[in-house]
Amino acid sequence: MKKFLAQTYIWFLLALLYAPLILIAIFSFTESRVLGSWTGFSTQLYANLFSGKMQESGSLLAAVENTLLIAVISATVSMVLGTIAAIGIHNLQGRKKQAVSFLNNIPMINPDVITGVSLFLLFVFLHISQGYLTVILAHISFGTPYVVLSVLPKLRQMNPNVYEAALDLGATPGQALRKVLVPQLRPGMVSGFILAFTMSLDDFAVTFFTRGTIGLETLSTYIYADARKGGLTPELRALMTLIFLIILILLIIINVRQAKTQKNNE
Amino acid sequence: MKRSHWSIPYVVFMAIFVVLPLLLVMVYAFQDGSGHFTLDNITRFFTDSDALGTFAVSLEVAIENTLICILLGYPAAWILANKDLNRRAVTIILFIMPMWINALMRTLATAEIFNMIGIPLGKGTLLFGMVYDYLPFMIYPIYNVLVKLDRSYLEAAQDLGATPWKVFWKVTVPLSMPGVTSGVLMVFMPTVSTFAISEFLTNNKIKLFGTIIQENINSSMWNYGAALAFIMLIIIGITTMFSDDNENAEEALI
Repeated sequence: MKKFLAQTYIWFLLALLYAPLILIAIFSFTESRVLGSWTGFSTQLYANLFSGKMQESGSLLAAVENTLLIAVISATVSMVLGTIAAIGIHNLQGRKKQAVSFLNNIPMINPDVITGVSLFLLFVFLHISQGYLTVILAHISFGTPYVVLSVLPKLRQMNPNVYEAALDLGATPGQALRKVLVPQLRPGMVSGFILAFTMSLDDFAVTFFTRGTIGLETLSTYIYADARKGGLTPELRALMTLIFLIILILLIIINVRQAKTQKNNE
Repeated sequence: MKRSHWSIPYVVFMAIFVVLPLLLVMVYAFQDGSGHFTLDNITRFFTDSDALGTFAVSLEVAIENTLICILLGYPAAWILANKDLNRRAVTIILFIMPMWINALMRTLATAEIFNMIGIPLGKGTLLFGMVYDYLPFMIYPIYNVLVKLDRSYLEAAQDLGATPWKVFWKVTVPLSMPGVTSGVLMVFMPTVSTFAISEFLTNNKIKLFGTIIQENINSSMWNYGAALAFIMLIIIGITTMFSDDNENAEEALI
């Protein structure tokens, strides 16, 4: 009985979380401009999205491209910078370690509006014209702490002598890094990358303040502008459904592969 | 080269892109348009009834949102942590997956559901949407702490005669506080500073503090905008001081 109640509660929360997504998916198969009014089954929105005929879907796809590009670049840089930083922090001691850890926490505690406004002021102050570069720098600044926090536990679990052993056996520091450190840190690096990537994809406020006036749109800023104009571009519903499906398929593939390797290990 | 030096590039990067920007917020907050020192921006906030009202509403919504997230999220995290391993992974993924769909899009869809079933947009719908957006951020850190909890503590309490209820309140809850703290950090301040989401969920009827900051910055009132941001920074400082065990709280996130 207890178990049943617990399970029901989890399903109830999940139903709440998924209701809006399911609604979007259902109404991606009808042409009406407003979400919520059904005007008959149609796959026109999907066709529009890819035909690129309409001007709106053209800029929508450009926004998707920008979002992905910014997320991939910033998460990759975050992963490299954060891993190197984590190795450094791991080897720091006492006050210095505390100070750098504190520094690392600031972007995570800062609400995104503050991060956005402060970076906006920085770029104004330094006379850096805002665009792709400033958005990517901003995303690196809030993504890297997640990489650092993902890699640090892996360093703690690692035997500190392995790296020294590699050096003693004649490896150059670069070789020791590539062949000994990185393979052991990889799980932490990957989860840090995924976190940084997710934060970048979902970010609205920081991008909003650092993108300047060159007309750079990511998915978030596009949706914001769209909603303010009144009414979302209907093609967005098709796009969101597709994104959701892609994520779902990716997750299933990852899970199946994990289950397989687990079985093999047994 | 010592390996501790490897942190230097990151420290330099953070000094430029995190510390300097925050210092600039303070500098701009205490300057007038022509760069002279002034307290006007700060005093203006305390005499601006609009801004003060928004500030009060934001704190209220944030406190309510945080409490509801704890009330709903803690049991969920506890149930998840006590599930057997295989099913646990799937359920966790189910909770995280919606976060990969754009938050603005999800919020708009939530607002649309309210429109469909005829509930007028206002304070109630705002709170619902906030809980909806932030609940996973409360569940995840609490879950992370609960999963790593050393079972032998619970067994020891049981062996010493504590009822299950007592074990929960006297052992599980205190040991999971770092998770709750980091959940509060992830929910409270972000709620205060939200913009866009509050506009969508209330049809522009209720503004939160983030919206005021954004409006000022966007209409080139940088100094006043910076002053408002500065006031928020002070509150963040205070809330993080309350969460004494900060390092544990941050590590509960991952």
